[in-house]
Amino acid sequence: MPAKSIKENYVLKNVMLADGSSADIQVVGDKISAIGSGLEAERQIDCSGLVALPGFVDLHTHLREPGFEQSETVLTGTQSAALGGFTAVHAMANTMPVADTAGVVEQVAALGTEAGYADVYPIGAVTVGLEGKQLAELGAMANSKAQVKVFSDDGKCVYDPVIMRRALEYVKTFGGVIAQHAQEPRLTDGAQMNEGAVSAELGLTGWPAVAEESIIARDVLLAEHVDSRLHICHLSTAGSVEIIRWAKARGIKVTAEVTPHHLLLTDELARTYDSVYKVNPPLRTQKDVEALRAGLIDGTIDIIATDHAPHPIEAKDCEWNAAAFGMLGLEIAASVAQEVLIESGKSSWTRLAEVLSKNPAAIAGDLEQGQELKAGAVANIVLIDPTTKRKVVADSASKSKNSPYVGLELPGAVRHTIYRGYFTVEDSKLAEVGNN
Amino acid sequence: MKNLLSAGQLSGAQAVEILDIAEGMADVNDREIKKLPTLRGKTVVNLFFEDSTRTRISFELAEKRLSADVINFTAKGSSVSKGESLKDTAQTLEAMGADAVVIRHSASGAANVLANSGWINGSIINAGDGTHEHPTQALLDAYTMRKRIHGSASMGKTLEGVKVAIVGDILHSRVARSNLLLLNTLGADVHFVAPPTLLPSDSSNFDAKLHYSLDEMLLKEQPDVVMMLRIQTERMNASFFPTEREYARYWGFNAQRLGQLKKSAILMHPGPMNRGLEIDAVSADSAQSTVLEQVANGVSVRMAVLYTLLSGERNANAS
Repeated sequence: MPAKSIKENYVLKNVMLADGSSADIQVVGDKISAIGSGLEAERQIDCSGLVALPGFVDLHTHLREPGFEQSETVLTGTQSAALGGFTAVHAMANTMPVADTAGVVEQVAALGTEAGYADVYPIGAVTVGLEGKQLAELGAMANSKAQVKVFSDDGKCVYDPVIMRRALEYVKTFGGVIAQHAQEPRLTDGAQMNEGAVSAELGLTGWPAVAEESIIARDVLLAEHVDSRLHICHLSTAGSVEIIRWAKARGIKVTAEVTPHHLLLTDELARTYDSVYKVNPPLRTQKDVEALRAGLIDGTIDIIATDHAPHPIEAKDCEWNAAAFGMLGLEIAASVAQEVLIESGKSSWTRLAEVLSKNPAAIAGDLEQGQELKAGAVANIVLIDPTTKRKVVADSASKSKNSPYVGLELPGAVRHTIYRGYFTVEDSKLAEVGNN
Repeated sequence: MKNLLSAGQLSGAQAVEILDIAEGMADVNDREIKKLPTLRGKTVVNLFFEDSTRTRISFELAEKRLSADVINFTAKGSSVSKGESLKDTAQTLEAMGADAVVIRHSASGAANVLANSGWINGSIINAGDGTHEHPTQALLDAYTMRKRIHGSASMGKTLEGVKVAIVGDILHSRVARSNLLLLNTLGADVHFVAPPTLLPSDSSNFDAKLHYSLDEMLLKEQPDVVMMLRIQTERMNASFFPTEREYARYWGFNAQRLGQLKKSAILMHPGPMNRGLEIDAVSADSAQSTVLEQVANGVSVRMAVLYTLLSGERNANAS
């Protein structure tokens, strides 16, 4: 893992911890050496008014490299992640070539190490070429230098129930987990947006909620049958929340994620025909947004994951049907989480740290991420100014500009991000890191 | 008004005004010299990304009768099929100084994207976008209804209280969507009739009464207007209905159903018709059928739309 040559030694003064208490945090090298009051070091950073949380972990990031470097690279993607408070990202497998071999996942991991802005954990494809027909060499990826634990054909559903069953069983060999993109392909042929009252008006082909829910229902039952772990990507409907709630009550080992955009935006935005709002699964209704928020707060949904999906201008500067699916999310996730959990008055910073750091690290088995801020922990820390209100601007570290949030006012700002002891973001600006 | 993107953008007064102007244009179309100098020096581009000979020649005739310079740009295949992108095409037309672009595209919202993109400054007229809207069709249909109902006393009239049943593939029909919006604006009472497979799963934003059975609707509602929609060939083998025969049996218009209509009722079809599927020959060629009037009225209405948008632009530039 990357480390700066200079040995870090500093104190973050007067941070507010997730529980509301105040403390100083001392960092020596890549570890937290002490947490307490009155800590001193030659370098002291005044953090009064800032909330200190464990660095965020994104379980669902599209870094696009190799193959789609016009959209994003591992470097620009992890820089964007750092600005969003992330110290780890999981890079989805739908690159070119697909991350379905040990060689590709090792390459992505190496690019992450070289960039030095965050831990980059490659996600391996479940099937060869994401085609859903034949299992990829899951063991080889797990046993590679990249040590892949999470497998997903994201962007495509592992539709064949036999392939899904085998994948769920097989990854138990090395403690892996399958992250399913739940989308029944026949029910979503040509789908453009949520199927509902708005799609009826707009004449855009509908993506019905049942296409997601039927796959989730099938897969939680499969996971129960073979006693395997299952993770569901980007829950988007109220019905999906209900199914996950039922499955968890039944003791099925399922976890679920929700994206910032599904927590905030609805299909009403499609009325503009502005394809910046085109995403898969699509933006749903206000009722779905409310169910997803409730599920996140009550623990049914385990994590927020960004599904950060950069696309070049030409992929969005066109008619809706021709546009690519996906939107940016890394630099906005913390603000959306704050809006949903803190500004609503319904939850806590502790929960925010769980859904953005502790839980995703646990699902993926990232041992050096998502740790509680305490002496001896790896110094992955994000410091947030919770009082600030910011109007989102198009400017971003990402190579792409497809943010649906531009112009919205959102709470909070990431002030500093500390990755393995060193600053990747300082005063809301990217820091130069050792290898760049 | 700069663009005509949706039938829903028109107020009742604006819609009636366009229909009234179309009355005047119809008079021109009855003259020996069917030409007005109104758009002399204006360039109108018919930008067709989708085949539609009927709509294109209707617009072309309307443009020529108003003395516009007309360019037909047929861009088969959009950026979807890796052809030239909508953006590049639009910017090309802008560079050539198009005053108006009449666009037909297979993607819903393509006209909206063109109008809101900043790629082009001319007026945009939506000549059919995917399964979304076809506002000039709705205007010509409203004109046709008004003319049949009010005859020479049509000027200034709305469609208040007129009961219109639209039958067929509502789910995929831009004609149905535009008609729904315009007819409601003009005070008509709209009924949709279709098998459940050809209705949106959630029609709650549609201000229309829904019926599955054509016969029950005809009996119960006694509509003033029945508008049959075309069944596209791509629906025929996609399990929207079992067979063409069964569709024709339950949702096709035929002589027997024609007999159930009020004598004053009219039967419409936007064309092209699948004779024997959604409409039989006896009905299509009956005195109650307005199919050919719709075609003729289409030219007058499109002249009125072009006049409204482009003379408005001239006034704006002058002031």
